[in-house]
Amino acid sequence: MTQWLTGILVLIGALLMLLAAVGVLRLPDLFTRMQASTKASTLGLACLLAGTALQLAEVSSSIRAVSIGAFLMLTSPVSTHVIARAAYLMRVPLWEGTVVDEWREDAGGEPEAGT
Amino acid sequence: MRPEMLVYAALVLVSAALLIAFVRVVRGPTLPDRVVAVDLIGVCAAGLSVLGAAVSGQRGFLDAAVVIALLGFLGTVAYARYAEKESLK
Repeated sequence: MTQWLTGILVLIGALLMLLAAVGVLRLPDLFTRMQASTKASTLGLACLLAGTALQLAEVSSSIRAVSIGAFLMLTSPVSTHVIARAAYLMRVPLWEGTVVDEWREDAGGEPEAGT
Repeated sequence: MRPEMLVYAALVLVSAALLIAFVRVVRGPTLPDRVVAVDLIGVCAAGLSVLGAAVSGQRGFLDAAVVIALLGFLGTVAYARYAEKESLK
């Protein structure tokens, strides 16, 4: 029974990672792609770690699994924010369907989509 | 059908995700696109290492996953600092 639970959790995590990779390949601009890739690093890896901790069923490996999960949940927002800020300052083009660009509006520029 | 088959299927799926992310590294029009894809490759490699622990029962794979996740984060942040300095020049 535990083995089936492990298999299902691990399969859910792997499917989320595959979906994130497909999103990174198919979405139109950098910022939407970053939104897709976050799914792999949080929920996908958390499911993989939960399945593996159930499979190994030891205290030491469970502690390692929890610490990897906590580390990723803490660092992935930081790295996403830092890349997004650098990319915006480098004037990476936004998707032409972009509706809101609050940074440009706050800076006093014309609210303009698709620059 | 045995439950181990699901873990092997997950290995195949995560490997496919890694290859798809690599396509974005090759095609990505700008440098931040490539950095985001390399970050995703790092997460997929950590996931493969975790799955290796589940398949083989060796705890060392989990330690390897810690190191891979740490290096991916450091590389991303280092790149972003560099890019921001370049863009402010």
